[in-house]
Amino acid sequence: MAKNLYSKVFESHSVAMLSSGQTQLFIGLHLCHEVTSPQAFAMLREQGLPVAFPERTFVTVDHIIPTTLEERARPLRDSISEEMFAHLERNAKDFGLKFFGPQTGEQGVVHVVGPENGLTQPGMTIACGDSHTATHGAFGSLAFGIGTSQVADVLATQTLAMAPLKVRRIEFTGALKKGVTPKDVSLAYIAKLGVNGGVGFAYEFSGPVIEAMDMEGRMTVCNMAIEGGARCGYINPDETTFAYLKGRPYSPQGAAWDRAVASWRLVASDPGCSFDDVVVIDGSLIEPMVTWGITPAQAIGITQTMPLVDSFSGSERTVVEEAYEYMDFQPGQSIIGVAINVVYIGSCTNGRLSDLRAAAKVAQGRKVATGIRAIVVPGSQKVKVLAESEGLDKVFLDAGFEWREAGCSMCLAMNPDKLKGREIAASTSNRNFKGRQGSPTGRTLLMSPEMAAAAAVHGKVVDVRDFL
Amino acid sequence: MSIKIIDKVPGTGVPVRGNDIDTDRIIPSRFLKCVTFEGLGDHAFEDDIIALSQHGKVHSFRHPAYQGAKILVSNSNFGCGSSREHAPQALMRWGIGAIIAESYSEIFFGNCVSLGIPCFKVDHATAEKILAWIEANPKGQMECLVSGRKLQMGDESFSLEIAEGPRAQFLDGSWNARSGLLLNLAKVKDVAKNLPYMNGFGA
Ligand code: SF4
Repeated sequence: MAKNLYSKVFESHSVAMLSSGQTQLFIGLHLCHEVTSPQAFAMLREQGLPVAFPERTFVTVDHIIPTTLEERARPLRDSISEEMFAHLERNAKDFGLKFFGPQTGEQGVVHVVGPENGLTQPGMTIACGDSHTATHGAFGSLAFGIGTSQVADVLATQTLAMAPLKVRRIEFTGALKKGVTPKDVSLAYIAKLGVNGGVGFAYEFSGPVIEAMDMEGRMTVCNMAIEGGARCGYINPDETTFAYLKGRPYSPQGAAWDRAVASWRLVASDPGCSFDDVVVIDGSLIEPMVTWGITPAQAIGITQTMPLVDSFSGSERTVVEEAYEYMDFQPGQSIIGVAINVVYIGSCTNGRLSDLRAAAKVAQGRKVATGIRAIVVPGSQKVKVLAESEGLDKVFLDAGFEWREAGCSMCLAMNPDKLKGREIAASTSNRNFKGRQGSPTGRTLLMSPEMAAAAAVHGKVVDVRDFL
Repeated sequence: MSIKIIDKVPGTGVPVRGNDIDTDRIIPSRFLKCVTFEGLGDHAFEDDIIALSQHGKVHSFRHPAYQGAKILVSNSNFGCGSSREHAPQALMRWGIGAIIAESYSEIFFGNCVSLGIPCFKVDHATAEKILAWIEANPKGQMECLVSGRKLQMGDESFSLEIAEGPRAQFLDGSWNARSGLLLNLAKVKDVAKNLPYMNGFGA
């Protein structure tokens, strides 16, 4: 019988049926960071449990780590951050786990580090105490964000208790227009299906738009599945996937490589397999997208105006009213021309080399507008080195951007990079929730790296297509 | 691990009106800076509390009338956003033992199961009724029943929805999954051996 990727991977990883009716699922790769893991390691210590498969867990530090060299000196100035960092180091050491620390040159945002090292592979189950674990689905794996108690479950047993999800295929037809990016594809499907449209589903992204996308773009699309309520999103592995993985540090080598590719081909959804739901989105109609509100679904095409409150009813209307009050925008207002204060280019959504290249292309030969604070934060130390080898750091620095060390930075501002007061940020991250970027009253406009770079140059939201 | 059965959750209610109340609001990210969950209860909804107080309003989590409440009631997509277990931990440490809302984000729901906090679903009209009742009777006793899928609220009773899987887990004590998972470790190793990426792709 023809099967989709989700069912194949779920079945091959099933260990047992639990009394709860859930399935005990083997987890092939477990990634760990400092924020959601300390309490999990404490639970193991309390119960005297070892890590069951220490070679399947990889650790890095990303959320709290500062992004300037002086601030990264140990001990970190912020004592709680230092404590979290020290706990992570000790836990990795005590339990025998590979730690991609800053000294290794391999540190970075966990969802950048896994793929660039070839740890993320087709047909795997992947878990991490972080909701954007969905990112790894770009390789044709089932990747779930989990809570801290579940992190302890994975450490102790390399398994999770899970119920199978339904699968919705989202097919993007046509081709993206110039200036339209994977980030816009993400914001477009979330705007269409809503922030909880995906609850109970895994999203399979497919169609010509996805097939034409490189791996980094695919990661951007899967990254935001969670913002649409879907626990995971995935893309069937193909030649683009294999080409990306070839030669990475943890990719299969030699004869094992050919066997791996043969096995990965079998993981993809079979032709004619069924889905619980299918949605078709015309990729050629997607414009550069910008959020105007306080959820990622409150996004509009750059040429559109902000929606009228009267076009919503019931509880949706309440969220729209709340958004206008918080953002201090007017219904019917154009998003073009909205003045910004801060620009953040980075995160697990858009902090990879291709994102930095795209932003640098816009920044090249231009200047950041006066009064705008603009920072570029590579997703990992490796991304930083690659970008520097292409001279992207120079392009950004010449234009007046700050060029930082790798980390999550202003995506959620657990490190020193924060919005102040009512500042508005043009941000390439994935969440525009109230207070997300470090100021309880700060405001976030999500957009693509090119759009964010253009906003930096003009000091306001512009249509990047006018400057390409 | 000792087994704890969760069935009845009695207590007063606390209304938290709104859709899409995300985990950044339940516990702002600055409080994720911790290596233990202790003390998180004091910071639940802190930024919402501050924002409201600047408008001369009091958030229900700070309002004297709702102190000691056990049952949180909200609208749709409660707990969306980040996977931080800090959010349900903060609610639990504030005193919450059960949640009633129109819908939940999945990760939040799962985190609540593993902490022993049943999350029940009701339709929009029922949620509004319960919210209004609590606002009118902040000290009114309520009781959620997992086995009977029921809310008793004053003289009224409402049926509550909870998926069969988690319901069974609360009732047989397996909501804390780890002990069950540990029992199957030998089988786990067998499954692992047969996975292509665990055996050199069939070398
Ligand atoms: S970059 Fe942002 S979304 Fe991604 S892992 Fe870091 S904090 Fe989370």
